Amino acid sequence: MSRDELNIKDNTSLFKEERYVQQRENKKQFEAPCSEQETAEALAYSKSAEYMEKNFSRQNVVINPHKACQPLGSVMAALGFEKTLPFVHGSQGCNAYFRSHLSRHFKEPTPSVSTSMTEDAAVFGGMNNLIDGLENSVALYKPEMVAICTTCMAEVIGDDLNSFIGNARIKGVISEEYPVAYCNTPSFVGSHITGYDAMIKGILSYLYTRSGIESKPGSGEESGEKLNVMLGFEPYTGNFAELRKILGAFDTKYTILGDHSGNYDSPATGEYEYYYGGTKLADVPQAANALATLSLQKYTLKKTQEYISGTWNQQLAALSTPLGIKGTDTLLATISELTGLPVPATLTEERGRVVDALMDSHPYLHGKRVALVGDPDLLIGLIGFCLETGMEPVHIICSNGDVDFNEVKFKDEAEALLAASPYGTEATVHVGKDLWHMRSLLLNDKVDLAIGSSHLKFAAKDAEVPLVRVGFPIFDRHHMHRYPIIGYQGTLNLLSLIVNTILQQLDDHNSGFNFELVR
Amino acid sequence: MGLNIEENQKLVEEILEAYPKKARKDREKHFQVADEKAIDCSTCAVKSNIKSRPGVMTPRGCAYAGSKGVVWGPIKDMVHISHGPVGCGQYSWGSRRNFANGTLGIDNFTAMQITSDFQETDIVFGGDKKLAVIMREITEMFPLAKGISVQSECPVGLIGDDIEAVSKKMSKELEMPIVPVRCEGFRGVSQSLGHHIANDAIRDFVMGRAELAETGPYDVNIIGDYNIGGDAWASRILLEEMGLRVIAQWSGDGSLNELEVAHKAKLNLIHCHRSMNYMVDHMEKAYGIPWLEYNFFGPTKTYESLRAIAALFDATIQENCEQMIARYKPVMDAVIRKYRPRLENKTVMLMIGGLRSRHTIGAYEDLGMDIVASGYEFAHKDDYEKMLPMLAEGTIVMDDPTAYELEEITKKMNIDLVGSGVKEKYVYHKMGVPFRQMHSWDYSGPYHGFDGFKVFAKDMDMTVNSPVWDLVSRKGTMEPKEAGV
Repeated sequence: MSRDELNIKDNTSLFKEERYVQQRENKKQFEAPCSEQETAEALAYSKSAEYMEKNFSRQNVVINPHKACQPLGSVMAALGFEKTLPFVHGSQGCNAYFRSHLSRHFKEPTPSVSTSMTEDAAVFGGMNNLIDGLENSVALYKPEMVAICTTCMAEVIGDDLNSFIGNARIKGVISEEYPVAYCNTPSFVGSHITGYDAMIKGILSYLYTRSGIESKPGSGEESGEKLNVMLGFEPYTGNFAELRKILGAFDTKYTILGDHSGNYDSPATGEYEYYYGGTKLADVPQAANALATLSLQKYTLKKTQEYISGTWNQQLAALSTPLGIKGTDTLLATISELTGLPVPATLTEERGRVVDALMDSHPYLHGKRVALVGDPDLLIGLIGFCLETGMEPVHIICSNGDVDFNEVKFKDEAEALLAASPYGTEATVHVGKDLWHMRSLLLNDKVDLAIGSSHLKFAAKDAEVPLVRVGFPIFDRHHMHRYPIIGYQGTLNLLSLIVNTILQQLDDHNSGFNFELVR
Repeated sequence: MGLNIEENQKLVEEILEAYPKKARKDREKHFQVADEKAIDCSTCAVKSNIKSRPGVMTPRGCAYAGSKGVVWGPIKDMVHISHGPVGCGQYSWGSRRNFANGTLGIDNFTAMQITSDFQETDIVFGGDKKLAVIMREITEMFPLAKGISVQSECPVGLIGDDIEAVSKKMSKELEMPIVPVRCEGFRGVSQSLGHHIANDAIRDFVMGRAELAETGPYDVNIIGDYNIGGDAWASRILLEEMGLRVIAQWSGDGSLNELEVAHKAKLNLIHCHRSMNYMVDHMEKAYGIPWLEYNFFGPTKTYESLRAIAALFDATIQENCEQMIARYKPVMDAVIRKYRPRLENKTVMLMIGGLRSRHTIGAYEDLGMDIVASGYEFAHKDDYEKMLPMLAEGTIVMDDPTAYELEEITKKMNIDLVGSGVKEKYVYHKMGVPFRQMHSWDYSGPYHGFDGFKVFAKDMDMTVNSPVWDLVSRKGTMEPKEAGV
């Protein structure tokens, strides 16, 4: 019997069958639902200007925010270092959530452990959990470093990680030398990006301090270290590869500080190894001797940058995610400036090819009104890309945008960027707002395209706006993170995603006569 | 199939050697190899529902996940506040696939994340005042919401906020049920206590608050079906076809009114006994409603369950039941005829949440597959007592197994199919071992009932027999096939 004869239907088609339609109707008598009229009226009301006004005047309830909590970022940061085990001090449910959430985005395992604190730890503190946890995790998962972050529970009760780790050493659970880095990441402060920053700073400062090395910026050049590069809370493994390609073309020596691309893009070989790639622990103290550090997410890496330019006394160039031609131009100019090396011809050629592609596509992009959602640094990059292609950003929402670097606030930078272009005049930047606000914006002031994570799909659907998935998390599409969006090549990918979404829309909404073969 | 009891006991011991002494002593108590004695007398030595060891990769979540993620979250016409910092609500947003009919954000609030997004000041000064404002704002934003639940995250309990008082006051002001749920993540040892707390809140704040226009002799409730991929719908259709009237569906695609009228049923039918046994026990005591655990995974168990349900009613229902089984059996036989030859004698390891490690065994057996290891994330003693008689001798039974243990068992027993969750999934992809997410049906489903079994069989065949696994060389990492099996 073939599958057709068995008539196998799954949830995409099964529940459209008449018997299930009837069941749905029949069930309503027990649901005591609102009348169809009431529902229709409420739906219409929710799309109105009056509702939008109320929506924007709410003070306390947060509906569909576009941010996660600090320790999630710390787990990702820890996985950027060689054979390092992320270790979450607090209630174990948090760790389960971080592991699921990151795995759903990358479609990869997230090895991470927890101290599994319960009621007794809430009363007496989590020291015993931490000591036992270190003993068990080191024995079982054989990391070369453990990187501990806290949850809101551990922070509320005030657990002192430094003394707990010290006591674990005194008890002999781990040796005096065994590296354990940590950071404090209460979930009621900041978001996943500040948690990422806290752990990167925690690891860099810990490995540097314990090495006893005194930083001499530029002295590492002879032994090879020239440039440190940080990508930040980077949801694209493809961006690491693209950056390597760019740095390789420059033929410069570099160290990526925090490289989780190995862990989140590992091969299926028949064996699972727990730790793939990552910045070598020994490279971290050496990085203090490099000529300069290049940061590709300046708002995300605020504290780490302050640490590097302060304690390491190192030259620091901080950019936002380098998207688009101009964003990439800036990236290359910065690398060139920091290293003293010229921009390689191969990259200039590549630039030309991608500019050519942008020209080919520009009629479909020009004047397209766009809504954007994301983390601060990604948004700066996206705004820049939109403006250089003639797309017009209209609604911009950043739930975790209340950040500044060098006393420049994200919102001010975004607004200045928009004001400098005739294509940015219509834009409004909403910091601290959520995707329910975005829904009102999309319904009351229509756009052609939305760009953001999978979480934006609900508002985009209500407003019947096509969504191009960019950022974190992307749960409902496969392998997007494997393709870079930074650099010239990334610009081409981003362009292809956007222009082909628009072309698909043209086909989907054709009037019969303009279902065209050639575009 | 003959599983070797002694060899598998040895295998477990070997695996546990990697632990430090204290942890090994603890983990030993969470394993049992099924032998005649354990199977026959249905007693079980497996330690369960106690704390996980710190520092191991436990599959478990927390009480909040049990309450908001499982029990309350799917109640579609109420707004569930994730009360505390932003993370918990964000991670449990739309990830459990509790299908529900309705318009999202209008009369259905399931796939939404509504949170008080605690900041430092809320920790210092408390979140009570803010909570009251949030409730008012919810009624402004969602005028058709029928009620509100407050799902407490860790800090709420630690700073001593009085969510009960706020809920009581605001329930009066807003004239709707507002349910405080003390499901802080640090309570208990897993999701399990969260289920219990959530059940108690249903009992205390909504049960018995509404009446049915008319009751009938065939009124039943579906309890403990979360409608993953539409499971509850595929179950309900069979009960209705048999002539029963399902007056409440808990909690997948459930509504407040269904929670409130459920006490009028003549019988409670419980699928996930682990998460809602508290409820049926209470309803039996308070309202005299008998209950029956049923299992709609795989035709064998479904026939058995349908007959057991029918036996509690009159001849009409029993007759309907037999006719229905006669109608579906040829289709089910055809499904088995097609898929069994492709799956015969394949070995399966299961590690799922609270009921499926037991309930799905029959479905695998219908397809000729052999369960060689099975474990729960957050089960209690009674779950093991019910599971053991369903297992072949030599099967490894494991409670709260760590990632390391599962990986070692997979290698040493050369498992053909692993059924577990998303945290485990991609590990097995690295290992080249066929894997199916058995919390979310890997975004497929339904798996319940006759319609569901077709999808289940197709999915298991697709998984085990996909040519992609042959692209990975498992040689050298897996033990020879004979070991322990």
